Amino acid sequence: MTEVPISWFLALSAILFALGVAGFLFRRSIITVFMSIELMLNAVNLSFVTFSYQYKQVSGHLFTFFVMVVAAAEAAVGLAIILTVFKNRATLNIDDVDSMKN
Amino acid sequence: MDIVLFLIFGTIAVVAAINVVVQTHPISSAVSLIGVMGSLAVLYLLLGAEFIAAAQVIVYAGAVMVLFIFVIMLLNAGAEVKRGRSLVVQLLGAPLLIALLGLLAYFVERVFPQSVKVHFGGFTGGSAQAVGRALFTTYLLPFEVTSLLILIAILGAIVLGRKELD
Amino acid sequence: MDSFIVITLIKLAVIAAVLLTAVAYLQWVERKVIAHIQVRPGPYRVGPHGLLQPLADVVKLVTKEGLLPSYVNRPLYLFAPFIAVTMALLSIAVIPFGPTIHVAGYDTWMQLTDLNIGVLFVLAVSSMGVYGIALAGWASNNKYSLLGGLRSSAQMISYELPMALAIASPLLVSNTLSLRELVGSQAGSILSWNIIRGGQIFAFIIFIIAAFAETNRIPFDLPEAENELVAGFHTEYSSMAFASFFMAEYLNMVTVSAMATLLFLGGWEAPWPAQYGSSLVPSAIFAIAGLVALYHGANPPHKLDRYTFSAFGAVFLLIAGVFLLPMVQSWLLPLFWFLAKTGLILFAFMWIRGTLPRFRYDQLMGFAWKFLFPVAMLNLLVTSFVVAWIS
Repeated sequence: MTEVPISWFLALSAILFALGVAGFLFRRSIITVFMSIELMLNAVNLSFVTFSYQYKQVSGHLFTFFVMVVAAAEAAVGLAIILTVFKNRATLNIDDVDSMKN
Repeated sequence: MDIVLFLIFGTIAVVAAINVVVQTHPISSAVSLIGVMGSLAVLYLLLGAEFIAAAQVIVYAGAVMVLFIFVIMLLNAGAEVKRGRSLVVQLLGAPLLIALLGLLAYFVERVFPQSVKVHFGGFTGGSAQAVGRALFTTYLLPFEVTSLLILIAILGAIVLGRKELD
Repeated sequence: MDSFIVITLIKLAVIAAVLLTAVAYLQWVERKVIAHIQVRPGPYRVGPHGLLQPLADVVKLVTKEGLLPSYVNRPLYLFAPFIAVTMALLSIAVIPFGPTIHVAGYDTWMQLTDLNIGVLFVLAVSSMGVYGIALAGWASNNKYSLLGGLRSSAQMISYELPMALAIASPLLVSNTLSLRELVGSQAGSILSWNIIRGGQIFAFIIFIIAAFAETNRIPFDLPEAENELVAGFHTEYSSMAFASFFMAEYLNMVTVSAMATLLFLGGWEAPWPAQYGSSLVPSAIFAIAGLVALYHGANPPHKLDRYTFSAFGAVFLLIAGVFLLPMVQSWLLPLFWFLAKTGLILFAFMWIRGTLPRFRYDQLMGFAWKFLFPVAMLNLLVTSFVVAWIS
């Protein structure tokens, strides 16, 4: 068996997505949370490309391309926001950015 | 041969992803995330997506992650300090996560039958010509809209990163 | 399948050996060129005319004490030079040195592998090369290294944009991403090279300027300048790790020169077709070099040069004779033209290093974003209009 069943790719994508969700929920540093978001986007890219292989169309690749573009734009703006938060609060721990809490 | 490649790079991807979530220092997480993206690029090559594999390395691993590493270096982000967590969470966290992952993988296997096999060369429509043709004919509107999106993102990033005028 | 693996392994061994020797002797050539620009002899004592100087340097670098400071981030400190050298060597894998050759009954390309996204692969690998420098600067736990590493990586990613746009313009003209087909589309004479018939002279200039900045060469080498930042990002490195950063810089130089040759100067094609005598040009060049060396050997400036120049003269005349053999001409001539063009661009790298002062960092970044990037975009726009008009 030198060929890979396609469900293995989808299982890998699901595992990476679940790890991204775990990082997003459990980590406290704002940069690590952001990196978990990128991990989730990568997992979704993998499943897009896998489905493109299954249906033998190139549309999946196009969606991956757009996801990459949006992720790059989001990374730029998100990191600028992180820099602003750091400038104003001097902390990168999201538990400490709670001045609106009662 | 293909299955060996998939197992090697899939394992590297999963181990690096676990490393991203587990490491305390952000820069180790960033380097592990670069490893995830690199192994995903190899998996894209296996799936016949050669342009997307190159774009993944150029855009994601080569530009977005450099931006992350810049910000980590500029802010001198230190290792995360562990606040107190309840014992229940610490004991049940990892096993529950593994159970969730196992359940996900099992249902994926059930829903998607094993009839379609992936081998290198099974899909030849992922070349740059095919992607370019589709990008400029069928998907022209999303293409133009995303270029506007990038322009807005650039403007937003510059405004946010500017020094205060006072 | 087996013969493919064996042939590829042999090609790998040949290319690796030739490349690593060439990088060492490229350093000798650079020192000689800069020395003669500054009217001094350069390396002269170690071997005839300093030819064994690279060997002495290698021995020195290998036997030097390899310090591992205690305050560095150990995994990243050890990983960074490895990334730098790996990415520099990886991009050579897709560079074609010549057309198909027939060896012992097997046909093979003079190239390790021909990807049909070859140009994108080279761009991707050079994007990854930024990490070697950024991580080295950060892991050294030293403010000079951090500053040098950050500046250098910011410079490299800023100049990647004009470089990519300058690469995109001849791709529009040649209509392919594969490096081998790129040379095939410029076949003919000098009039069909992309720089002349494709009208890509501005793209060539933009590419060369961006290549200087990508490889951290003067006039863009502020991040590793000695009198500005101690030694920039490689301050804390010694012995083999320092040598690997050095090697990575020269390998990057070779890669961008080869890319410029393939994209703009027609790869291994001769300037005029073979029936008008271009196959005699290499023999003529080597014969003239041999005669000049023999003449200087006859009335030598120093006593020992009587033997060294005569020996070089004999060797050059022998090589000129080899170029006349019809048996090797099919692969030796294209290889000669490729190496001559790449060598010319490398000589330009060294010439400019000996001539120009370096840019200040804000001048450097302003130049990239405010001048080079708009000009590259304009070039791409004009090229695409012309290509759409013609076809």
